[in-house]
Amino acid sequence: MKFVGVTSCPTGIAHTYMAAEGLEQAAKAAGHTIEVETQGSAGFDKLSPETIAAADAVIFAVGVPVRDRARFAGKPLVEAEVKKAISDGPGLISQAVAAAEQARANPQAFAASQATAPAGKGGGGLATKVDKGAPVGTRIRQWLMTGVSYMIPFVAAGGIMIALGFMVAQLAGGKNGAIVVTKLYSLTGPPDPNPTHIVNIVTDFNPTDGMHWAALLFLVGAAAFGFLVPILSGFIAFAIADRPGLAPGIVGGAIASTMGAGFLGGIATGFIGGFAALWISRWKVPKGVRGIMPVVVIPLLSTIITGAALVLILGRPLKALSDGLASWLGGLSGANLIVLGVILGLMMGFDLGGPVNKVAYTFATTGLVAAGTSTTAPQLKIMAAVMAAGMVAPLGMALATTVRPMLFSEAERENGQAAWLLGASFISEGAIPFAAADPWRVIVSSMSGSAVTGALVMIFGNTLRAPHGGLWVVPLISSPLLYILAIGIGTVVCTAVVVALKTAGPGPVRTELDAGGLAEVVTV
Amino acid sequence: MSLITENLVVLNLDSPDRHIATRVLSQALAAEGRVTDLEGFLTDVRKREEQMPTGLPGGIGIPHARSAYVTEPSLVFGRSTAGIDWGAEDGPATLIFLIAAPEGGGDDHLKILAALARRLMRTEFRESLTNAPDAAAVVDIVTREVVNP
Repeated sequence: MKFVGVTSCPTGIAHTYMAAEGLEQAAKAAGHTIEVETQGSAGFDKLSPETIAAADAVIFAVGVPVRDRARFAGKPLVEAEVKKAISDGPGLISQAVAAAEQARANPQAFAASQATAPAGKGGGGLATKVDKGAPVGTRIRQWLMTGVSYMIPFVAAGGIMIALGFMVAQLAGGKNGAIVVTKLYSLTGPPDPNPTHIVNIVTDFNPTDGMHWAALLFLVGAAAFGFLVPILSGFIAFAIADRPGLAPGIVGGAIASTMGAGFLGGIATGFIGGFAALWISRWKVPKGVRGIMPVVVIPLLSTIITGAALVLILGRPLKALSDGLASWLGGLSGANLIVLGVILGLMMGFDLGGPVNKVAYTFATTGLVAAGTSTTAPQLKIMAAVMAAGMVAPLGMALATTVRPMLFSEAERENGQAAWLLGASFISEGAIPFAAADPWRVIVSSMSGSAVTGALVMIFGNTLRAPHGGLWVVPLISSPLLYILAIGIGTVVCTAVVVALKTAGPGPVRTELDAGGLAEVVTV
Repeated sequence: MSLITENLVVLNLDSPDRHIATRVLSQALAAEGRVTDLEGFLTDVRKREEQMPTGLPGGIGIPHARSAYVTEPSLVFGRSTAGIDWGAEDGPATLIFLIAAPEGGGDDHLKILAALARRLMRTEFRESLTNAPDAAAVVDIVTREVVNP
């Protein structure tokens, strides 16, 4: 195997070089090669990027922090005290062999563990989790994981703020508070100067009005949520094409978001934008043009390509799909309610805020108007089923990360904790990081659980007049205990399916590396 | 410039502890004019030693410092038959290398010390120093292996 190492020590005249010698001798004795960068006082020659790229693993034997640590991101890493390389070079070499073999034998787990490392740790810009030499399947997963890892903070910040907004609205505005907060407040003035009922939170904020605080939380949270798809898309493209991928990826994601294409649309624009940028950046161009390639040509052309592909090619089928599904659902209105509950559940669980989910949700909310003042109208049951089904995916993922943490990466586990609150607040987006990282397994489990919940709500006959709010509008739901039972059963089904699929699948996503299998093996 | 001279070799270094041993070795540097302020230099060495003792497996100790009181990169070699506890887990040190580097030393100077440090990891190098009959032999070995390899 080929390794690279870095050695350093406080004084920089003795241990640094002894450690380097220790590693070199041990590597040679074991039939491997290693190049060591001695970050001592005598200046140091940086390892070439090619050497680092070719290495199977990295060894840090250091007494002071590694300089330019980001250069080694994405490599299996063994980190130890500098003295360890002097006293036990062979031990470190065999740990490096183990780390390299582990990463090679289970690239998905390694990619997942890499994605959990804080981005850009040790300075040196943004980190990608992509290993250039890995097989295609692994690289696709690494691209997705990169996007997901940058998206998670937006999910957590936005989702929790929205949930808190509901909570405060419930306290300040009574049982209808959680509905009112989503409707009557805005950051811009009423478009019509005649009294509409919209309160402009910017100009008319009243600190003594609890609803205004609730609206502030809700609106800021909603703004954070607006970035989910653009950031996911942008950083998938970034992982593919590096910095040139950001512009087409983020812009493509923003358009996907505006068009209601959901996270699946964002994954598509991430790939289109990334490959467009990568392709253009490889053009052989005359010297005069080379200077303006990164700042003008690549962003301009790749963004046009991505945006146009989305608007012109995906736009119509997407609209046709939405319209088709909507009219099909409309035709089902008279059908058996339980069947309808299953269908709505499947739709809610499919793309978590994407076009299919939206059709089901819109179908339910528009039905509320038709229900009028009736308390038993089927439309109220449909609304109840849709909301319950939409809560299942994040709750199911939260439960799965709790009962089987080893199946998830560190970042997913942390996101799983926030997903409890998001799910309880009917914020299906809480499950997107899981779905984007491992689409088919998570979508299948989410659809199964949501369908069960949709059917159960219909069987229990719960009704709901609120379009949003999750558990915060429980006072508005008939037979709330049965309602929660329906959600609970669906959640357990969702968890069981995702655990089964991830355990049985060809490449279960385990993270031995960050689960303490080898105490001294850490991720960069 | 020479890294080591016969006056910088102490073959019967027998001191009760590593700080006294370091002082004995440093006095040789001061006597040669390679250290301008003995106490100041000792403080610098001690500072490093207190971060973590510099004893290493295989019976060696490498007290060292970069210090403003050092005029040229120097090695003082000490050999102890009884051994001096230098904080290594596997027992006392019998070969002591006091390494002194000037604060703002140029790259060339420091490279010699880097080469010395690498040689310390070679068993043959250590054995030849253990078996060296006299100071002149020690200087020979170090010069041959480190200064003009």
